[in-house]
Amino acid sequence: MSDEKPPRDSPEIKRLSLVLGPGHTYGSVTDKISAIVLTRPTSLGWFIGFAISFSIVGMLTVALGWLITKGTGIWGINIPIGWGFAIVNFIWWIGIGHAGTLISAILFLLNQKWRTSINRFAEAMTLFAVACAGIFPLIHTGRPWMAFYMFPYPSTMGLWPQFRSPLIWDVFAVSTYGTVSLLFWYVGLIPDLATLRDRAIKMPMKVIYGMLSMGWRGSARHWHRYQSAYLLLAGLATPLVLSVHTIVSFDFAIGIVPGWHTTIFPPYFVAGAIYSGFAMVLTIAIPLRKAYGLEDFITMRHLDNMAKVMLATGLIVAYGYFIEFFMALYSGNKFDVFLVQQRLHGPYAPFYYALLLCNILTPQLLWFYKMRHNVAVLFIMSIVVNIGMWLERFVIVVISLTRDFVPSAWGRYSPTFWDWATFIGTMGLFVMLIFLFVRVLPAISIAEMRELVAETSEEEK
Amino acid sequence: MLHRSHIYGVMGEFSTPEELIHAVEKIREAGYRRLDAYAPFPVEGLSKALGLKRNMVPAICLIGGLTGGLGGFFFQYWVNVIAYPLNIGGRPLNSWPAFIPVTFELTILGAALSAVFGMLALNRLPQPHHPVFNVHRFTHASTDRFFLCIESRDPKFHLADTARILQEVHAHHVSEVSDD
Repeated sequence: MSDEKPPRDSPEIKRLSLVLGPGHTYGSVTDKISAIVLTRPTSLGWFIGFAISFSIVGMLTVALGWLITKGTGIWGINIPIGWGFAIVNFIWWIGIGHAGTLISAILFLLNQKWRTSINRFAEAMTLFAVACAGIFPLIHTGRPWMAFYMFPYPSTMGLWPQFRSPLIWDVFAVSTYGTVSLLFWYVGLIPDLATLRDRAIKMPMKVIYGMLSMGWRGSARHWHRYQSAYLLLAGLATPLVLSVHTIVSFDFAIGIVPGWHTTIFPPYFVAGAIYSGFAMVLTIAIPLRKAYGLEDFITMRHLDNMAKVMLATGLIVAYGYFIEFFMALYSGNKFDVFLVQQRLHGPYAPFYYALLLCNILTPQLLWFYKMRHNVAVLFIMSIVVNIGMWLERFVIVVISLTRDFVPSAWGRYSPTFWDWATFIGTMGLFVMLIFLFVRVLPAISIAEMRELVAETSEEEK
Repeated sequence: MLHRSHIYGVMGEFSTPEELIHAVEKIREAGYRRLDAYAPFPVEGLSKALGLKRNMVPAICLIGGLTGGLGGFFFQYWVNVIAYPLNIGGRPLNSWPAFIPVTFELTILGAALSAVFGMLALNRLPQPHHPVFNVHRFTHASTDRFFLCIESRDPKFHLADTARILQEVHAHHVSEVSDD
């Protein structure tokens, strides 16, 4: 909204467009970021947050233990709804992971400098989200100790996985995604681990960071190859991140279930994944910059840009909903038309309306400059979008499965206590891993921040 | 020349990347070739100043990607056509479009793994110790200082002369790097 925006050359705009606060040197960025890990005393808030999330992980352990003892009958799933919470949560988590790779790979290739201070924890968020996501299909098999059947290995039965099945594509997509995200994150960490090794005072810290940094010494010859490898990884992760949610959407789109069998699914799933991922980055970044005083590094410019990405991907998602509707009506297929009616008037209609409210209506506030620059609004918005994206997956999985072709095969689905305990448990696991990560590893890439200092000091000349 | 076998080289310290690049250029003009620079972040133009050529990482990555992709595709072909052919309503055994997703993922996996492990191998990492770590001030190489080391295996290396040339390019804290 141009009338609310201050003029372009005003000092306020200049301050807001910064990707790095003024007056920083190589030493000051290093001090500030490494101090969080090395010298700052661990705050009471950290211990409280860690304790809460750790106890939720305890609940997850109980839920998984009971599941392994009793089997998937403790969940709300039954024929005809065989997928339920496990698949809804899997897609939700794996989608959240997408923003990390997008920020680190695609924005790197596009030479977007503002990515620098958010890429490290966004990548960590990806890894942890993929770890949470991976739990669900594994336990959904019912016999997780047999999960190795999904990988091709020379078994005595002479059997091989069904490579024509989207579920096997998923195994390869998600495990490749997890591996490449880990490599990308670790390669980015190596120079920073060397910094921590050189700055650590206590011997055990020196040894641990020393081993993890693998003897990195910042040699120009090493940087030369390192930069090639990093650029290649970014180039490889870009098509990978687009392929992962595409393949996840194939789990649905390859099937002939009404509401699933459409070609809009891959692009609309990828956009939705990025949408929820950026929402989660905001959910983490806003408290993080506040708690550790990182407002100089994660500036309003970052929050503003992320809000814009959310708005754009949210509109793509809205287009996806529209096309789903349009194709059902335009095709005249009676099962597809019936599904649309079920979404609007069926037993799960309130979920569908809540989804429209969270994912389409509320984010329209982000058109306004003032809203994008209100940290509290952005934080609430990010949570609303994550709820909306979870509802989207619930609507897709549950409504289609409860109302397919023959009324005699219809059913109802409602989650049990154990469904919720597992889902909330993975949220606890995610938060706990984030807490551990910000305590023991630099949450912002120090080496890349120094590069940014060099670039900005050159620009000022 | 007496010390030649006991020292790894002579090291000078610089406070800005511009000074470092300038020093590298001067020292290469003076005829030294066995030298390496150390910086806390990748310095633009440093590779060029050191005369580094294109590296092998992209080639290794390409080989890894091709291996992953071709291996992935033909493995699926072998499984479905040779090892365990299943006739499902007379559909073709080599249903190649259905093999593309796994082929694609394995291409990326092979390329990414070989890029990272290729980079580490070419850099001879992990390497727990290196003579440059013997220099006390070298801990700053990972924070805010830039170092240049002329190695003793350079044919032009002479302890006193080489140290002097480093001082001439305005290096601070010129010191010997012992080789143990």
